[in-house]
Amino acid sequence: MSMYERWSEAVRAGEPIALVTVVDGPGTGSKLLVEPGVAAQGTLGDSELDRVAARDALAELEAARSGVRHYGPQGQTTPEDLIDAPIVQVFVDVHAPPPEMWIFGAVDFTAALARVAKVLGYQVTVCDAREVFATRRRFPMADQVVVSWPTPVFDERGAELGPRDAVCILTHDPKFDIPAVRGALETRVGYIGVMGSRRTHDTRLARLADAGVDAPADLDRLMSPIGLDLGARTPEETAVSICAEIIARRTGRAVPSLRDSDGPIHD
Amino acid sequence: MIDVLDDIDRWRAAGHRVAVARVVDTAGSGPREIGATMAVADDGEVSGSVSGGCVEGAVVGEALAILDGTRDAGVITFGYSDDEAFAVGLTCGGTIHLFIEELDW
Repeated sequence: MSMYERWSEAVRAGEPIALVTVVDGPGTGSKLLVEPGVAAQGTLGDSELDRVAARDALAELEAARSGVRHYGPQGQTTPEDLIDAPIVQVFVDVHAPPPEMWIFGAVDFTAALARVAKVLGYQVTVCDAREVFATRRRFPMADQVVVSWPTPVFDERGAELGPRDAVCILTHDPKFDIPAVRGALETRVGYIGVMGSRRTHDTRLARLADAGVDAPADLDRLMSPIGLDLGARTPEETAVSICAEIIARRTGRAVPSLRDSDGPIHD
Repeated sequence: MIDVLDDIDRWRAAGHRVAVARVVDTAGSGPREIGATMAVADDGEVSGSVSGGCVEGAVVGEALAILDGTRDAGVITFGYSDDEAFAVGLTCGGTIHLFIEELDW
């Protein structure tokens, strides 16, 4: 199978793959095709350069970040080693599977959030323990609807979650919220948002403390109340405020989150 | 990239040679993301885009030059901020760097 055949097959299947191409310097056009768990295909012209570039491409794949990197002809990366060396400029073209959003609680806000998340390219899972609410008919836009308590879902699939993924807990019901928060905190998920009024937030903090969740580093990961301070009222506006908060957390931009303000959530 | 794969496969199945241009870097405001791809067949058929329509015409010319052997694979830059930039610019004022090559891999 040629590199292009494997590349296009993986891109179509949504499998993680990175195509590394020398775009400037010695060997322009040379390629290395990098996938997790298998030997890289092709070469950039030097085995040590291949090794270093493959290692970096796997890291970029994890972050779903494409871009240009610079090396020496034998994969040198430190400035001293690069003095007087011809620079090999490589483009790491990364195709990562779509990020995941898990939404706990099958409520009106869930449908709106699932819709907005789909627009942004998320793979959306809706989870609720109540069989009458967690149905495909109510959430046709979700990729998966799971009838379960949170703990088994995190036990089974929590290891899949990474920095690009999001967990949104919309139930307002402590029976469900507390195990969902605990489950999410045990993963590497990048965003954890928990819905509720400021009063709900305060009682939730007390219940979490009772359940042994009180480490500042853990509580710092919780965006609660969920969303930006937009004055959002409808489920759709709230969905936009949640997704906008996820974007702002990823980009590190300073926009006001409800968590960090203290006025009314909406007028 | 996924948006151009079907056209590429169709062209190659019909015996055409193909050049691809990918956005490798952007500066300032740029309409397409890094990795956005445009493919050009040797009969001039085009698929995909690398900007908001500002530079695609010039890219076709470069792609055909690659396919007829009058230029080598390499990076081309569009935008006003670079003295060596191509005459055609982006109306948004941004700069994009494309890597253009024949799809022979």
